Amino acid sequence: MTDTAVNTSQMQISDEVAISIQNMNKWYGTFHVLRDIDLTVQRGERIVICGPSGSGKSTLIRCINALEEHQQGSISVDGTLLSSDLKNIDKIRSEVGMCFQHFNLFPHLTILENCTLAPIWVRKTPKKEAEEIAMYFLEKVKIPDQANKYPGQLSGGQQQRVAIARSLCMRPRIMLFDEPTSALDPEMIKEVLDTMIQLAEEGMTMLCVTHEMGFARQVANRVIFMDAGQIVEQNAPEPFFTNPQNERTQLFLSQILGH
Amino acid sequence: MAQDHSSAFVRTQEIPPAPPPPGETGAVHWIKTNLISSVPNAIATAVGIYVIYWLLSGLVPWIVNGTWVTNNIRECREVLAGSGGGCFSVLTERYAQMLFGFEYPSEFYWRPSLAFALLFFAVPPALFPMYLPRGMLIATGLYPFVAFWLIWGGTILTPIGALAGVLVGYYAFTKLDKYGFAAALGGGIVGAWVVWQAFGMIAGGMPGFLALEAVLSRNMGGFMLNMILGVVCVSLSIPLGIVLALGRQSSMPLIKIVCVVFIEFVRGVPLITLLFVANVVLAYFFPPDSNIDLILRVIIMITMFSAAYIAEVIRGGLAALPTGQYEAADSLGLNYAQAMRLIILPQALKISIPGIVNVAVGLFKDTTLVSVISMFDLVGMIRGPILSSTDWAGVYWETWAFACILFFVVCFGISKYSQWLEGQLRTDRH
Repeated sequence: MTDTAVNTSQMQISDEVAISIQNMNKWYGTFHVLRDIDLTVQRGERIVICGPSGSGKSTLIRCINALEEHQQGSISVDGTLLSSDLKNIDKIRSEVGMCFQHFNLFPHLTILENCTLAPIWVRKTPKKEAEEIAMYFLEKVKIPDQANKYPGQLSGGQQQRVAIARSLCMRPRIMLFDEPTSALDPEMIKEVLDTMIQLAEEGMTMLCVTHEMGFARQVANRVIFMDAGQIVEQNAPEPFFTNPQNERTQLFLSQILGH
Repeated sequence: MAQDHSSAFVRTQEIPPAPPPPGETGAVHWIKTNLISSVPNAIATAVGIYVIYWLLSGLVPWIVNGTWVTNNIRECREVLAGSGGGCFSVLTERYAQMLFGFEYPSEFYWRPSLAFALLFFAVPPALFPMYLPRGMLIATGLYPFVAFWLIWGGTILTPIGALAGVLVGYYAFTKLDKYGFAAALGGGIVGAWVVWQAFGMIAGGMPGFLALEAVLSRNMGGFMLNMILGVVCVSLSIPLGIVLALGRQSSMPLIKIVCVVFIEFVRGVPLITLLFVANVVLAYFFPPDSNIDLILRVIIMITMFSAAYIAEVIRGGLAALPTGQYEAADSLGLNYAQAMRLIILPQALKISIPGIVNVAVGLFKDTTLVSVISMFDLVGMIRGPILSSTDWAGVYWETWAFACILFFVVCFGISKYSQWLEGQLRTDRH
């Protein structure tokens, strides 16, 4: 239990490379959706990816755990090269947690079963231990009392927090967030962001596709702006927001921060 | 409390709930709103009442004045003497033939009857797993072998050998699973086959060991035959349908093509044609000296037929699941088999329940089609030996009503069970 416990003091980033993407290209049919992506993520880094819709930001993080296949270039996660080898894919997926815009909880299983399923079947954790781990993380996201309900009985914000807990139960070293708050009512966004901030403070390596710029300012080490399938600009949050260089970045920021 | 004169409003007391006004509840209200709410509704109610009266005025005398004790239709007519009653004595005199066929030895009627009674112990653990301990599934697993032994007879070594083969095959499958699915499946089949061959020789050498007197398949008949075909084919065609549905979705082109061709071919052919094939043509596909049982051939055909329909129903269920479910399972590191078994199929099958039940009920009723390939199931018995006998020629209403009731009870039971199961699996209610 204790190895993931709080070490908020150590917020610095290690030199260890968590994700390395080199010259990665992806096409949907003839549509060139990701172009020459180069991205290195250090362990402990917290990266926010933003950009207009259709810019390829979701596709990029979905390539990292092989939900989408890339056609050119290389992606390696924790030193494991992502190829068509199913063993490598399974290894990477068990190291990388993912949260989706629409939560994707399993509606036929209780909250607790949602959280224990992968540890029991993938990690071969004994059921009792898996339940203890699940309750630990459900407490962390502050919904232990809902453990025996079904996802359909929870609010959107609660469901997303369960989804985060479900990923954490696999003890991932990297977490991917694909617009985790975009499908939520305004009053529920905060509870999910609080959970993510807590996770960031504990030193989790995180890649978040999100439009929550307040969150980006507060926790990100680096903000990446994507447009038309390419990384247009990346910088630390302060200079990124106050002094964007590329005019597309300026336009985008003026649109989402303007109102 | 001080009144101020601004337009703002703050409620200080909750309004307590009040009872509804009189006439909004109760029997009178129900009649008013449901039976005579408008002139057309009142007319429809009157017509409905008349139709019910008309049906009952025909049906009640038929049943009440009926006779149950005469020996043939002539005695029956004398007793009834134009009273309009039914000649139900055909049922009391021929019920054994309707239930077991006319060639099943009457001294062994207890064997299929016992098998039928045991069905009520074997099926509930599979149908009501939420109320019964998992261990009782052993009864479900053993039932096919016990029922086979009771109905067909012969040495007990045959069902024991079959069971041993299944167990050895399953054991080999689980042990070889780490070498991949194909190796495990192949190993399982080989293991089972070896055990079956060995037990086949042993059973051939000791045909009298703990033997019940054997009854041949061609002597099976009556409603028993419908039940055998219905139960066996439903329980085989659901797993086969699942495999076909998954195969049709497979990313491997060969598997996909095989499944698509199978499903489309079988769905495009009338069941009765397949039954004629089973009766006559299928023999050409087996080795010349093998004598594959007619019931087994019919079971193969009906199972294939309904499996193709069930596969399409399940494909609909699979298509209804959002892709997010597949992605969530993938992102957690579940492999294909785990994702299907734990995430996808439980949800897809739940969606498919009404469709599967539709096919199962249809299949059960379609077992009567075997009467056209000269098997004497319930319909075959009534049409053949009973209605064409000199004793009971012309007793249509009573015999067919009996057949209808038997089938209706089973089909209605299946239907009620499926509705209950859908309620049980509903997880989106608060």
